Amino acid sequence: MANKIRIATTSLAGCFGCHMSFLDLDERLLQLAEVVEFDRSPITDIEHCTNCDIGLIEGGVCNSENVHVLREFRKNCKILVAVGACAINGGLPALRNFIPLEECLAESYLDGIGVENPQIPSDPELPLLLDKVRPIHEVVKIDYFLPGCPPSADVFWKFLTDFLEGREPSLPYEWVHYD
Amino acid sequence: MAKTFTIDGKTIPFETGQTIIEAATAAGVYIPHLCHHPDYTPHGSCKLCSVKVNGRVCSACTFPAGEGQEVINNSKDLNDDRQKITQMLFVEGNHLCPGCEKSGNCQLQAVAYHLNMLDNHYQHFYPKRALDASHPDVLIDHNRCIFCTLCVRASQQQDGKDVFAISGRGINKRLIANAQSGLLKDTDLEATDAAAHICPTGAILIKRTGYQIPIGERIYDHKDIDQVSLAASGLIPITTLAPSLAVGTEQTQDGE
Ligand code: SF4
Ligand code: SF4
Ligand code: FES
Repeated sequence: MANKIRIATTSLAGCFGCHMSFLDLDERLLQLAEVVEFDRSPITDIEHCTNCDIGLIEGGVCNSENVHVLREFRKNCKILVAVGACAINGGLPALRNFIPLEECLAESYLDGIGVENPQIPSDPELPLLLDKVRPIHEVVKIDYFLPGCPPSADVFWKFLTDFLEGREPSLPYEWVHYD
Repeated sequence: MAKTFTIDGKTIPFETGQTIIEAATAAGVYIPHLCHHPDYTPHGSCKLCSVKVNGRVCSACTFPAGEGQEVINNSKDLNDDRQKITQMLFVEGNHLCPGCEKSGNCQLQAVAYHLNMLDNHYQHFYPKRALDASHPDVLIDHNRCIFCTLCVRASQQQDGKDVFAISGRGINKRLIANAQSGLLKDTDLEATDAAAHICPTGAILIKRTGYQIPIGERIYDHKDIDQVSLAASGLIPITTLAPSLAVGTEQTQDGE
């Protein structure tokens, strides 16, 4: 079918919980597949996005690669959606914001219980960590927000069907949750 | 004849000395608020209750009702301002609701839900704030304190103690406990004190009770705070509320 809505998705500093919740759409995914086509996404393994209608971003930004991916999405998606608590306010990964980065690395790679061959990973291939985990609206403009940890499948469904049917997306009281 | 004023065009009777929020609540009109509690002297700090009185923005919790006032409460402009205030409260502290015991029973979160706040809009401060777990029964998580002074007032005005105070200004403002050591365990706070239960957020928590009511079955999970607030003042039958409130386990936290 021509003119399918193109959706790209990614998980930055998230746990993939929002993506799992998206998959909770279950058989509604088949309905969705009739009108929607997935671009870059863990669901497709496409590596870079090209001209998309909607970008769904799970997770905040915790390293340089997250920032690059987020900018790529912003550049290629007409509307960008912050999905879930971590994208919106940093979420639980932001708990590290209260511990100096050096201490975090030392605990994980040098001093932690059971660490063998202690060394801080420094391969140039590895993205550099940001000093703080940040929500994505602090890096690029975000058009819509779907709160929740994770947002339920119904929230995704409501948002996408509103969008597909040309309505301004809106969520009823019971589906707005920060937990 | 009874004296009256109007809120959003509705006639509200009042008695001399009543604040706008007191008269509104008695008439079944919800005005969003966080630092207001009918049992304690008003503090007027959170500004959630901002209304327009004859065209001027005033705090409904401190402003006296007056004959013939025209009050605007539930307008888009005011609710937009309230949402911005709430967003600022969120970014000034550390409100990671998925990891907070109070989630679902939290008035800050509930006001945000009421205002359909979907994001925090502003840049996050991520201030470094402490935890005081020294007391055997009560925990303070300063990350979630919004400086409403309800605990300060409850301790002084209801418990006859003086456990809490707010110290410092602006970004350095913080809640302090009245003890040489600064630790809660060295104060005379008891878990049965009103001050230990009054916190509208998850800043003061009773230990070992956090998950007695599961997430999803909590007060504001299914009921908007406007209904809960008015129900607590006897204007809506309590049976329409979530069981967690009806059984009165959290007696003072929404007790208006
Ligand atoms: S105090 Fe309220 S708003 Fe803050 S983290 Fe806890 S539930 Fe969320
Ligand atoms: S601890 Fe709670 S009740 Fe006390 S000032 Fe902070 S938010 Fe208010
Ligand atoms: S409720 Fe009036 S200023 Fe807080």
